[in-house]
Amino acid sequence: MVNENGEKIKISVQNLNFFYGNHQALFDNNLDILENRVTAVIGPSGCGKSTHLRAFNRIFELYPEQRAKGKIILDDENILDRSIDILELRRKVGMIFQKPTPFPMSVFDNVAYGLKLHFKLNKSQTAERVEKALRGASLWDEVKDKLKKSGMALSGGQQQRLCIARAIAAEPEVLLMDEPTSAIDPVGTLKVENLIEELKEKFTIVIVTHNMQQAARISEHTAFFYEGHIIEYDLTKKIFTSPSNQKTEDYVTGRFG
Amino acid sequence: MSYCNKKLIQPEYSDRIFKVLTGAAAILAALLMLGFFVQLFWYALPSIKTFGWRFLISSEWDPVKQVYGALPSILGTLITTGIAVLIAVPVSFIVSMFLVESAPAWFSVPVSYALDLLAAIPSIIYGMWGLFVFVPFMQSTVQPFLANTLHLKSIPFFGGNYNGFGFLTSGIILALMILPFVSAVMRDVFKMVPSVLKESAFGAGATSWEVTYDITMKYGARGLLGAVFLGLGRAVGETMAVLFVIGNIQTMPKSFFQAGTTIAATLANNFAEAEGIFKSSLFELGLILLVMSFLIQVLAQLWLKRISRQMGES
Repeated sequence: MVNENGEKIKISVQNLNFFYGNHQALFDNNLDILENRVTAVIGPSGCGKSTHLRAFNRIFELYPEQRAKGKIILDDENILDRSIDILELRRKVGMIFQKPTPFPMSVFDNVAYGLKLHFKLNKSQTAERVEKALRGASLWDEVKDKLKKSGMALSGGQQQRLCIARAIAAEPEVLLMDEPTSAIDPVGTLKVENLIEELKEKFTIVIVTHNMQQAARISEHTAFFYEGHIIEYDLTKKIFTSPSNQKTEDYVTGRFG
Repeated sequence: MSYCNKKLIQPEYSDRIFKVLTGAAAILAALLMLGFFVQLFWYALPSIKTFGWRFLISSEWDPVKQVYGALPSILGTLITTGIAVLIAVPVSFIVSMFLVESAPAWFSVPVSYALDLLAAIPSIIYGMWGLFVFVPFMQSTVQPFLANTLHLKSIPFFGGNYNGFGFLTSGIILALMILPFVSAVMRDVFKMVPSVLKESAFGAGATSWEVTYDITMKYGARGLLGAVFLGLGRAVGETMAVLFVIGNIQTMPKSFFQAGTTIAATLANNFAEAEGIFKSSLFELGLILLVMSFLIQVLAQLWLKRISRQMGES
């Protein structure tokens, strides 16, 4: 799939509706996410941006009362289709959460765990790929001497990059980030943002953020959500300088939210 | 204006007083523990001097000749506790796992309350229920079933008469007694695993089983182990629930169906009329029980350390 400018569309969301029990949270969302770009999703609390993101790897299915209707086409497959291999989907679409989620094991094992779930590797191959992933997450130099220490003993920012390393070890194509820097300090935030800048060469990144400066700094495209609707979706530059919708303008200029 | 002056004690003193008081309370706890050891040891001294190491390995129990041995009680304690833990721990694990991970709320909430209530039932109630309801049931149904239907009677440990009393019955009663308690603690441990951590593991492409085994269990490992050892600690020293159903006979255990005794049951049965060397022997039994509980705690701590190392904390 390509858009009118000939750019490759990685994910195409078509008429996505989402329900928590009887409560509808998303209304006819349509969104084309371009390959190897950073797409930011912004909007006030409770507008459905996380809900939207959580449909991309079907993590919402852990909760039986949550349902998604519509289509999410990743490459050429509708991932909301029952017949999709969900474990393979989750390998292809990695997710980073608001709070760092190191597993209760060593730094090395945290990354190796992501590998072990999807690949059959021997010890030296694993060690090699773990190092590669940690380098990819710009964490290697900081942790190479404490690979055997608990992942939970790292700083918040390091933990988040450890989670990114774990996600990219599985060689995904898409990385979903749900407010990845909201729980870490400014220095850690800067490192994660720089990392996102590097990662987009290899991955398609969708990032939910509360921080509008962050969206402006790191993303090429921005979608503005409001009460479950996608109000505006355009180049980030345009959203922040001359939005076409009044609501978008009110939000990005800080009049509400 | 000077609000501070109204305070009874100057702030610089109040900190010190707080430190002294809390420190004293902590020292008191340590002293109590030490006191128990010293006191028991002191009263057990005549027995220790008379019987020496033989007390631990002798099965003689003769109030007429004034010769006593602890082995039947020690083995009885180990056997009943072992049975209790073997039954209660896996069942508790499954129960708590189910309540937290899979059960719908309309089921898990009332069952959770029931668990908490069950955990608060005094042990004497378990003993009474055991004596009047469970012993006859063991005699009429469970023991014949195990021995005849499952043909276990050909193995040495399942021989003897079916009188309902004995090690197996006590072990099961103990299991029932610690089960709600262990389940409640394990349930709380599972609940404490952050849902975002589980989501993260699912998001990495793990299956339900992998999330449970690799993430939930590892995250809660200390708590789960703590639950096991709390249950173990309760079972080892339990008196009333066992006293009613064990049969209280000082003999070497040969079969799970056989009546026997435990350290706690022996103490409760005999202290009233004990004197002289008999009384001292009972104190030595008490000392052994205390040491056993202490060892359980030490073992728990060592194991926790090992788990921490496996989790990558050095």
